[in-house]
Amino acid sequence: MSELLDNKEAATKAVVDWMAKKSKTKTKFYFKDFYKVFPDDKPRLIKKVINKMVEEEVLEYWSSGSTTMYGLKGAGIQHSSEGEK
Amino acid sequence: MAKHETPLLDQLESGPWPSFVSDLKQQAEVRAKNEKGVEFQIPQDCVDDLLGVLELSYKHGRTHWKHGGIVGVFGYGGGVIGRYCDQPGLFPGVEHFHTMRVNQPAGKYYTTDYLKKLTELWDFRGSGVTNMHGATGDIVLLGTTTPQLEEIFWTLTHDYNQDLGGSGSNLRTPADCLGQSRCEYACYDTQALCHFLTNEYQDELHRPAFPYKFKFKFDACPNCCVASIARSDMSFIGTWRDNIRIDQDAVNKYVENDAAYPANAGAHKDRDWGLFDLEKEVLSLCPTKCMKFDNKKLSIDDANCTRCMHCINVMPRALKIGEDTGLSILCGAKAPILDGAQMGSLLVPFVKANPDNDYEEITEIIENVWDWWMEEGKNRERLGELIMRQGFQKLLEVTGIEAQPQHVAYPRTNPYIFWKEDEVTGGWERDVEEFRKHHLR
Repeated sequence: MSELLDNKEAATKAVVDWMAKKSKTKTKFYFKDFYKVFPDDKPRLIKKVINKMVEEEVLEYWSSGSTTMYGLKGAGIQHSSEGEK
Repeated sequence: MAKHETPLLDQLESGPWPSFVSDLKQQAEVRAKNEKGVEFQIPQDCVDDLLGVLELSYKHGRTHWKHGGIVGVFGYGGGVIGRYCDQPGLFPGVEHFHTMRVNQPAGKYYTTDYLKKLTELWDFRGSGVTNMHGATGDIVLLGTTTPQLEEIFWTLTHDYNQDLGGSGSNLRTPADCLGQSRCEYACYDTQALCHFLTNEYQDELHRPAFPYKFKFKFDACPNCCVASIARSDMSFIGTWRDNIRIDQDAVNKYVENDAAYPANAGAHKDRDWGLFDLEKEVLSLCPTKCMKFDNKKLSIDDANCTRCMHCINVMPRALKIGEDTGLSILCGAKAPILDGAQMGSLLVPFVKANPDNDYEEITEIIENVWDWWMEEGKNRERLGELIMRQGFQKLLEVTGIEAQPQHVAYPRTNPYIFWKEDEVTGGWERDVEEFRKHHLR
């Protein structure tokens, strides 16, 4: 596990900062997008940390039914009209 | 009196088959009368509005449902699918009409008490409309509102000892056949393996991190009653590696058309198919022609048997599955989105199902496949599509399985074999001077 992923506060800040930076164009992200934040870590380890952030209500799931995405809690439109003006 | 006129839906009741429209109308009426005095927690007329929005969709030729959203229960990333109607003014009863997936028991065994409790809960906190079962195998509860989700989840988990199923980019609810509980063809205990893997992979079921959906299905024999070979990313199909057991006396009873030995165990006896003909109905239908019947003796070249099950199905009193049983693992089946529908490809020809070591040989393969797919799979790419993109050889590499004849579907169609240096004796390095001693420039 990388030092960044191992440090809960730093990992959370990295994820929140990265998502906030992207928030002008999109508010929902695939799980694989987090690989860019933690390039040195294995997906299963990233999963544990990201899901902890959901548990702590920093992030939230968005599901279409077939695919699940992640967003910052409360960010963006909350149902399927996401992206419409 | 129906709340909405539904002339187009009414036509669907006129065919010879049972109609879901009739079922919905019946449910709408039950809710309107409410003879049991249920304190409905979502609009009483939601089923009327469900019929209304469906009628409007037929009229307009397009859907009036939006799907997707953040709805769910705390800590779970699956099991609830947000559904919203885009005509809430016309149909307020289905403005929010979420679906819940409930993990069906292994083999779909229920007690009537359990079913009563489940429907009581769903009448109270939902629309009362269910789908037994959805395509994945779950109990599907159709239609409730957001505030009811946690309440339903609490009752299911605390009072009914019942979990939600999978949805989204999760491991989906594993599904199995009845297996050894009812069936003499069962080569392993599907319910035990299904239950074990459901518990073992709770995190994968409820906390999504896969590129897309992933399905396990378990068939105890190659008859594939669950159709795992077509319906799951990883299918576990029972098989045997010794010989089909033959009772020669019973074979001859079938040949003599003894009434106590009906073909197919009498499954098709409501029609006169004429006298049983071993050559026509069994030997000539064997896909590898590995059977023969001489001097009242049936013989099978088991090395060429593909486990199609036909002969065993036709003469179940004479032929039985082998005794050294286990299962095959196939990967990559999917429905058409990209590249059309695919059947599973054989990855593990034979492995024993061994509960004593927590199915270690099986979980190791599963986890290797997941690691590869999570690392290399693109967003919304199924395992079968990744296998197509990177090659079956890559799948063998990541699972550490050596290529075997059983992996070859069609021999000699592709002349290219890409060897790696460590697979070739002497590697790539060679002494040019030594070579030139024998070969002139």
